[in-house]
Amino acid sequence: MNDTAVKKLALSNFWVAFIAFILACFMGEYQVLERSGLFPPLESAQVYFASVSTHGVLMAYVLTTFFIMGFGYYTAATSLKRPIWNIKLAWIGFAVTLFGVVLAAIPLLTGRASVLYTFYPPLHAHYIFYIGAALLVVGSWVWCFIMIVMMNQWKKDNSGKPVPLAMFATVANALLWLWTSAGVAMEVVFQLIPFTLGWIDTIDPGLARTLFAWTLHPIVYFWLIPAYTAFYVFVPKQAGGYLFSDEMARAAFIVLVVFSLPIGFHHLYMDPEQAAGWKLLHGFGTFVVTLPTFITGFTVIASMEIAARLRGGKGLLSWIGSLPWTNPMVLAIILSLLMLIFGGFGGIVNASYAMNAMIHNTAWVPGHFHLIFAGTTVIMYFAIAYYLWPIMTGKALFSKKMALVQLWTWFIGMSILTTPWHILGLLGQPRRISSVEYNSILTLSWEPYEFAMIVGGLVLLGSACVFIYILVMTQFKATKSFSGEVEYASTYHPVKDLPEFLNSFSLWNKVIAGLMALSFAIPILQFFFMDTHGSSPWGY
Amino acid sequence: MHIDPLEKKWAYISLGMAGMFVGIIMIDSFVHGIDAPSNVETIDSARLHLTKEFAEDNLGVQIDENGKITVRIVAARYGFFPKHVTVPAETPITFRWASADVLHGVHMPMTNMSTMIVPGYVSEVTTTFPKPAKYPLLCNEYCGMGHDHMWSNITVEAKETWQAPSITKTGEDTGNE
Repeated sequence: MNDTAVKKLALSNFWVAFIAFILACFMGEYQVLERSGLFPPLESAQVYFASVSTHGVLMAYVLTTFFIMGFGYYTAATSLKRPIWNIKLAWIGFAVTLFGVVLAAIPLLTGRASVLYTFYPPLHAHYIFYIGAALLVVGSWVWCFIMIVMMNQWKKDNSGKPVPLAMFATVANALLWLWTSAGVAMEVVFQLIPFTLGWIDTIDPGLARTLFAWTLHPIVYFWLIPAYTAFYVFVPKQAGGYLFSDEMARAAFIVLVVFSLPIGFHHLYMDPEQAAGWKLLHGFGTFVVTLPTFITGFTVIASMEIAARLRGGKGLLSWIGSLPWTNPMVLAIILSLLMLIFGGFGGIVNASYAMNAMIHNTAWVPGHFHLIFAGTTVIMYFAIAYYLWPIMTGKALFSKKMALVQLWTWFIGMSILTTPWHILGLLGQPRRISSVEYNSILTLSWEPYEFAMIVGGLVLLGSACVFIYILVMTQFKATKSFSGEVEYASTYHPVKDLPEFLNSFSLWNKVIAGLMALSFAIPILQFFFMDTHGSSPWGY
Repeated sequence: MHIDPLEKKWAYISLGMAGMFVGIIMIDSFVHGIDAPSNVETIDSARLHLTKEFAEDNLGVQIDENGKITVRIVAARYGFFPKHVTVPAETPITFRWASADVLHGVHMPMTNMSTMIVPGYVSEVTTTFPKPAKYPLLCNEYCGMGHDHMWSNITVEAKETWQAPSITKTGEDTGNE
């Protein structure tokens, strides 16, 4: 198998992801500084909103998509033990996605696309921004296609055998992304691009928001699945034990894919264009999708307990001390799960239909998603990078100690940043303001928390720089060589008689189609039957 | 296929927890009538001033002969119009919001008076303020470079001292269509 080829492909994807990440980290720190009002020369709404828009696009679309593609390619090649199917096509996909990013970056960085990463029509940005975003999505579909083909070919050659869990999860994510991105793709292609090119005079923001909500929830699971995959397939081995249950892991991924899709209206709870019944239906689904996370928590913690007891751990909880805390992957998952507990609690508040009114669009919301995404998810991206870099580059990790410090500081920085952010939300601060102009005594209570956020941001920025430094030093400066292969965790109970519905997605695609029709058909079609009034374009 | 009995138990517990949350939401909605703003009512945002309901004279606080209080406010870059309203405490108030331009949102911190204001649609929220106070009214959705400056106040007065405006007839066509 042509191992160097896939390593090069994966590394290229990872580097685009992490370069986007470090640029966006600097913007994030600028934003907390600007927003605090403590540094008057920094204040500029123009720069702030251009920065917020770029930070959002880089973190949510570029870091994630490229990381996921790189991780997927490497997982596919190593778990199936075969080369990437049609690697030329994979490079074309990479090029198209990257070209989309570059196109979108031009209007973003010149302040001509300050519409935030959620687009918000009838505000309109330069059309190049939407075309770039569309190409980014189309390029990533190439990756989805290759993943699906590779799994199907492997199944044909290994009939009856269970697809390796790592590959099963990766294909679950590819299918999830195809379903997920359809919503935003429809918005961009049928509404935003024609609107900004002047082909249509008006746009219906109600329909646009509905289509965006289709994408907005499952996209976070698209980002999260690589972290969960690492939980299941890397962590047990790194901790020195076994995966507690392979079957439950598959079931968790399936429920995640199926139920993360038909629930996007919890982003529209406060919107006037959808009726309460649809919102409630999507709200129920939102609680169903907590199940795979509860199952994941159980399986992963059970796997770690097996490892700790094999290492001589005893007691009801004191086995936790026997885990190899100095293994970056193990440390990362412990910190990741801690952030997941608090972030999950906040998420349940958001998901709770009526309670959401208290915190909707307040600072609580970015506090929540930074904890879950930048915390729980991205800390696992770090751990995956630390694990794969020596394997892919053939050089020993530059400094394990530094990596551990980096993971701890990321966790500490994220706690310092997001705790005050949540509190600011409870104190009523809107999420998307560049300065506090309200003449109200309420705003006095906000100041200490804004200061704390600056400190949290600084710790995170330092940590992010250390992360990039370790990767650069490992790949380009390290002298010690490393030879090793990816080691996937084996299961505690061997997988026997796996039913086909846990080894294939054909049934689940049909279930998704049914659920999507149930949850979205009427809410979308209503806009074509109601007497709606479109909005003309507005600058910002 | 093997599922550990302990894990099976945990799955049932998780299902129970999700069920409990869904139950609470349903009680809120069906028993207490606490719903999100969801009236699905269209309006031509470009011609708000020509609609009967959101014409300038009609904005602000109105009370009908049954004592039902309605507040109509237009959100437009970068302010809320009328600029100031006074409503009574401990009384259900129905707010009706419309945008004259882009997407806005409105929240009165510490209350559940929160809704998106989407151009082309009317947002309706009914709530009761328990105590007299001066509440800020903040635009909480990015609407352009002046977004930070888009805010206003609502005064909630004691029920006894609040002066009702003259009664407006009900049954009137809102004139939105």
